[in-house]
Amino acid sequence: MQTDIIIAGVGGQGILSIAACIGMAALKSDLHLKQSEVHGMSQRGGAVQSNMRISDKEIVSDLIPLGAARLILSVEPMEGLRYLPWLAADGWLVSNTTPVKNISDYPDTDEIISEIRSLGNHVIIDADSIAKGAGSPRSSNMVMLGAASPYIGIEYLLLEEAVRDIFKRKGKDVVDVNIEALRAGRNYK
Amino acid sequence: MDKLMLLGDEAIAHAGMDAGMSGIYAYPGTPSTEIMEYVQNSHRAAKENIFCQWSANEKTAMEAALGMSYTGKRSMVCMKHVGLNVAADPFMNAAITGVNGGFLIVVADDPSMHSSQNEQDSRYYGKFAMIPVLEPLNQQEAYDMVFYGFELSERYRLPVMLRITTRLAHSRSAVVPSKKIMQKQVALPADPVQFVLLPAIARRRYRGLIEMQPDLAAESESSGWNTFTDGSDKSVGYIACGLAHNYLIEAYRGKQLSNPVLRIGQYPLPEKLVEKLTAGCEKVIVLEEGYPLVEELLRGLPAVKNISGRIDGTLPRDGELNPDIVSRVLGLSANEGPPVPDVVKNRPPSFCSGCGHIDMFNALLEAIEGYGPGRVFSDIGCYTLGALPPFNAINSCVDMGASVTMAKGAADGGLHPAVSVIGDSTFTHSGMTGLLDAVNDGSPITVLIGDNSTTGMTGGQKSSATGRIEDICAGLGVEPGHIKTINPLKKHHQENVEIISRELEYKGVSVVIARRECIQVAMRRKKEEKTKN
Ligand code: SF4
Repeated sequence: MQTDIIIAGVGGQGILSIAACIGMAALKSDLHLKQSEVHGMSQRGGAVQSNMRISDKEIVSDLIPLGAARLILSVEPMEGLRYLPWLAADGWLVSNTTPVKNISDYPDTDEIISEIRSLGNHVIIDADSIAKGAGSPRSSNMVMLGAASPYIGIEYLLLEEAVRDIFKRKGKDVVDVNIEALRAGRNYK
Repeated sequence: MDKLMLLGDEAIAHAGMDAGMSGIYAYPGTPSTEIMEYVQNSHRAAKENIFCQWSANEKTAMEAALGMSYTGKRSMVCMKHVGLNVAADPFMNAAITGVNGGFLIVVADDPSMHSSQNEQDSRYYGKFAMIPVLEPLNQQEAYDMVFYGFELSERYRLPVMLRITTRLAHSRSAVVPSKKIMQKQVALPADPVQFVLLPAIARRRYRGLIEMQPDLAAESESSGWNTFTDGSDKSVGYIACGLAHNYLIEAYRGKQLSNPVLRIGQYPLPEKLVEKLTAGCEKVIVLEEGYPLVEELLRGLPAVKNISGRIDGTLPRDGELNPDIVSRVLGLSANEGPPVPDVVKNRPPSFCSGCGHIDMFNALLEAIEGYGPGRVFSDIGCYTLGALPPFNAINSCVDMGASVTMAKGAADGGLHPAVSVIGDSTFTHSGMTGLLDAVNDGSPITVLIGDNSTTGMTGGQKSSATGRIEDICAGLGVEPGHIKTINPLKKHHQENVEIISRELEYKGVSVVIARRECIQVAMRRKKEEKTKN
């Protein structure tokens, strides 16, 4: 089994937390893992992405080849489209609908959404509203992780466990809020 | 032992502590920053008394680490590739003095310039200094090579370079720690003049370094990091360095790789192994990340024919490698997914909203408006983003410290006003000496120091100048009446414009310090204070 995932978004949107949770869950499943992160200048509100590779065999390359990603998990709608050349023919794009408009020529959101809809396998979810509904606007990244969880190839309960472990240091309240957000994303239809 | 999930940078840091390193010295620079940060954030460093403070620049870091090695202890110095230029003087000389305790120079190169001004390949520096260079292909090797590097360094009493690239530095994978070595005791060098590079002694040391070269080459021939795998298809043989080896294996995923492959992880280049590969192959393709170092060396060997790589365009001459580039070279096709739709726009980095640099540039732009364009020399830091719209506020960004000296040169050439924009950390890194030149020569420049009390661009590391910039400037001889401090906030805009305008008119050296804490650092600090209370 091999799952290549591209997590896409904008600097500061919590991409690395998503990656950390998936990574922790992969570790609990005794799988091999490589996760390439973006540091430095690109984080200042620029486009960022993380290549994440999970496999039951040894993984050699940190980077995912073109057309190999089983999943693009996009916490911002335009950013997911940026990495389409990496998406496998039967891969999934799971995208948030809330745009981050920090550039002057940000395109029409409807146009972006219709591009996403034109893909065979897609999930579009308003993670920000769902996170707000769950009482924690800041955990929309966990809503996204929940929504993408069926395509990650890791048992869902292990993701919950991972979220608990990752947020443990921040106290029980933070853990609960994030678990709730994760579940809301998972149960989204 | 337990598996750890570590970035390449973190694996090196963890290994340093496991291998009994007594001190780590560095100046922050992407992609090397996390090495020092990992040590600083571990409880071990304090408990085991491992020195781990940021240095003013890479040169001071290199020299301090060499000083620690002088005492017989293991030391590490870390920097990004361009930082090695700053440290080039002690670096080259450390190869001549040799070392006492194990001395590891970790350099993180940035092919594709994700966060840099050039792509230079530090392996050339290693060759230039004639010291061994190690190049890992994954996080576990990065960990293991630290142990090996310290041992090699102590065996030959030479500095050893560990060269990584961005992809490995910032990629996370499982690492199994091996063992724990105690720190060394103080034991001064056996040769009392080893570190005294007076010409007569330096000549002797230099000959010794040259005489050592065959032994270093023999080390490479037998090194476990250089491996030859034979194959039946001799039409092409591959030489793959560092991460390129991963991309080669990845490209063949699921298919049988039947060509001979030489993997390189230790330099000097193992010539006998190279001959073994080239002897039977019709053609050799060199896969390396960075410059075509190995390819160039091979082209110089008379027995080796038909070499391809980055020089002849078989691989792109610039940029980092990836599985798709390597696949194409091998004649394997990539299964590219759908194209990027036209609606997708570029999203360049920009200032955090509310950053003080925004107000600093707005004030500067207004103050300098009447003079015409082309008068602002910048430096390297978050404020370099002032080059992008809507500011378009700076005209140069060359290297750390160059804003001050280029403004000076321009002023000496008659440009007025000539403005330098520099950050507080960059100012202490290498702006101070240029300011001294300007003061000595009375060059009419205005130095605008964006003082955010931290090293902002790399994520908020300590800045050596915090709270002392006025004193430093006065100490360097800037007239106290022309050292001004402004608060870069919207509500002070008019006042700030006036202050800058006045200093632009002054025909001597003036300094305007725009002081407001980086909001990222301020937010973190407030959060920490809240959890403490
Ligand atoms: S990190 Fe700090 S200095 Fe850099 S842009 Fe953001 S607020 Fe400004």
